[in-house]
Amino acid sequence: MRQKTETGYFGAFGGRYVPETLIHALEELEGAYERYRDEPGFVGELDRLARDFVGRPTPLMFAERLTREWGGANVWFKREDLAHTGAHKINNTLGQILLADRMGKRRIIAETGAGQHGVATATVAALYGKECVVYMGDEDTRRQRLNVVRMKLLGAEVVPVMSGSRTLKDAVNEAIRDWVANVEDTHYIIGSVVGPAPYPRIVRDFQAVIGTEMESQGRERFGGDPDAVVACVGAGSNAIGAFYPFVGREGVRLVGVEAAGRGLATGEHGASLAEGKLGVLHGAMSYVLQTDGGQIREAHSISAGLDYPATGPEHAFLKDEGLAEYASVTDEEALEALVTCSRLEGIIPALETAHALSYAEKVAKELGSGKNMIINISGRGDKDVEVAADALGIDAREAEVATKEVEPGTTSASEADEVSS
Amino acid sequence: MSVGRLRGAFGGGRTALVPYLTGGYPTLEGAREVGEAYLEAGADVVEIGVPFSDPLADGPTIQDTTTRALANGADLDYCLGLAAGFADRAPVVFLLYYNVIFARGVQEFLREAAEAGVSGLVIPDLPVDEVGEFAELAAGAGVALCPLVAPTSTEERVARVGELATGFVYCVSVAGVTGVRDSLPPGAVELLRRVRPRTAAPVALGFGIGSERAAVEAAAEADGIIIGSKLMRLVGEGGPERAAGWLRGVREALAAASRVEAGG
Repeated sequence: MRQKTETGYFGAFGGRYVPETLIHALEELEGAYERYRDEPGFVGELDRLARDFVGRPTPLMFAERLTREWGGANVWFKREDLAHTGAHKINNTLGQILLADRMGKRRIIAETGAGQHGVATATVAALYGKECVVYMGDEDTRRQRLNVVRMKLLGAEVVPVMSGSRTLKDAVNEAIRDWVANVEDTHYIIGSVVGPAPYPRIVRDFQAVIGTEMESQGRERFGGDPDAVVACVGAGSNAIGAFYPFVGREGVRLVGVEAAGRGLATGEHGASLAEGKLGVLHGAMSYVLQTDGGQIREAHSISAGLDYPATGPEHAFLKDEGLAEYASVTDEEALEALVTCSRLEGIIPALETAHALSYAEKVAKELGSGKNMIINISGRGDKDVEVAADALGIDAREAEVATKEVEPGTTSASEADEVSS
Repeated sequence: MSVGRLRGAFGGGRTALVPYLTGGYPTLEGAREVGEAYLEAGADVVEIGVPFSDPLADGPTIQDTTTRALANGADLDYCLGLAAGFADRAPVVFLLYYNVIFARGVQEFLREAAEAGVSGLVIPDLPVDEVGEFAELAAGAGVALCPLVAPTSTEERVARVGELATGFVYCVSVAGVTGVRDSLPPGAVELLRRVRPRTAAPVALGFGIGSERAAVEAAAEADGIIIGSKLMRLVGEGGPERAAGWLRGVREALAAASRVEAGG
């Protein structure tokens, strides 16, 4: 299994379906990665910055009230929301900026959906004094104004993408086009475990710090492996990072949670593992939301980070091999979980993370008491407060916060979308 | 058989003109008119772009046309029909992204393409590393491959592409996406000279040929020139006739240049 990943494939998934012009750059990146990944100077610099700049290791926290509320397994939070810039994204961008620097690239480009990866990229570009250009769907620049401002404060140029559906997938296309044209002096920091080889493997390795820490913290706190690890899956980087050290290990359930959006039956969702067909998007063979004719469909999720019409090839592999299980959660269910977590644990999670939290309740009950389940709290929810406030009918001017009564499958999600778009 | 036909469109002492059109742009019927106008203006091969939602090798000009074409309802079946309408008069080459082929099923696609008279395929996101058994299946179906090389391709890769090409070698003039450029980038001629000794197939140049001058410069080294963005822009501005008029000008400029070269 692992050998397959070395050649750029995970079983039948992955590969390098890109224009010839890029092959040279991908080979250069692969060469640099092989050369530096275990080199003491590189590892030392990465470790030092992970500690001092990012704040690693992030804590493993016992979620006591949620454990009691759900009445099942012990619930543990892996606190990636406490990493610098507020999400796991920085683990990858930090590793890649070190590679870019060693490859002598002076210019950094990235795509972003919700803006979290863009912010994490602009952050490390500032740290290393690199020029930084972030491509962001025109729709998303309006939905996520706060993150646009953050990127600009950090010195990055934010380019609104007007082509295609003007969302994340089009931002990826635009970043790839930029890279094709400026491949000599530019490094493309892709934001997740997608894209052509070697990206899915490199991003996974930089995110695997999450799982590695979980492993040692679990031993320390409850004396062994977790019985389950639960993480949300859009393109899939936080989940792969959390899963990776546990893949194939007896007795550890790995549970990925996709966005069911307005419901799988409506077709408006981001659940490419559940509903996608095998195909090629952004250079990799994986499960992709597409029409019968092979045109890529637009994904939908209340959480911009899960709003992507494909999943990383390694997830496709884990799914087909039965090494991980995948479920999905609607916009509405995610919103409910966001409220529950906020009120019981004092943590406002990102809407992406709320998908994992929602499904984790089921897993906790299945496991039963005495077992240990870790939820990867992939990001904090500050960026989502406007969407959540609107969907839940929270009025900032009233002292009393009221939660609108919502019934499954009704309109809160679509209202959120209207206001945010 | 159609493989031989595509090769036959090159050579004979003149540079083959390969104009591109996006299937379904500006309208379903309009694209047919564009192709007809190209043929009348002296096209040696017609290249039809099968629209795809995420054309990552294309610049804004061509992407705009594919977005429009998809909105017009253009799909693979429509493009096969379009190809069949031209194929009796000139070889037709499809430019398309791999997912469109994969979604139809590789064998099914190849069978239908051959049936429609499609002679060759340009697949920008299927580099030599990923071609695998597709090459054999295409050969079996009688459809030629026209793989791409770029200025960034290593010697080893140039050789692999040269060997794989059963149609023509598609030389990408710049490290970049498709688009209109006024003069030929210096790396283009160098690339053509690198490819030539590595292949038995004709060598064609594309990406960014946007002026008569660039076309003449390219023709001095290439067996064929592929013109896309410039023509699509002209179609957008003034319809098929505007594009065909410009193409005719290129044809004449090439003829004049080759007369000069021949000492006439």
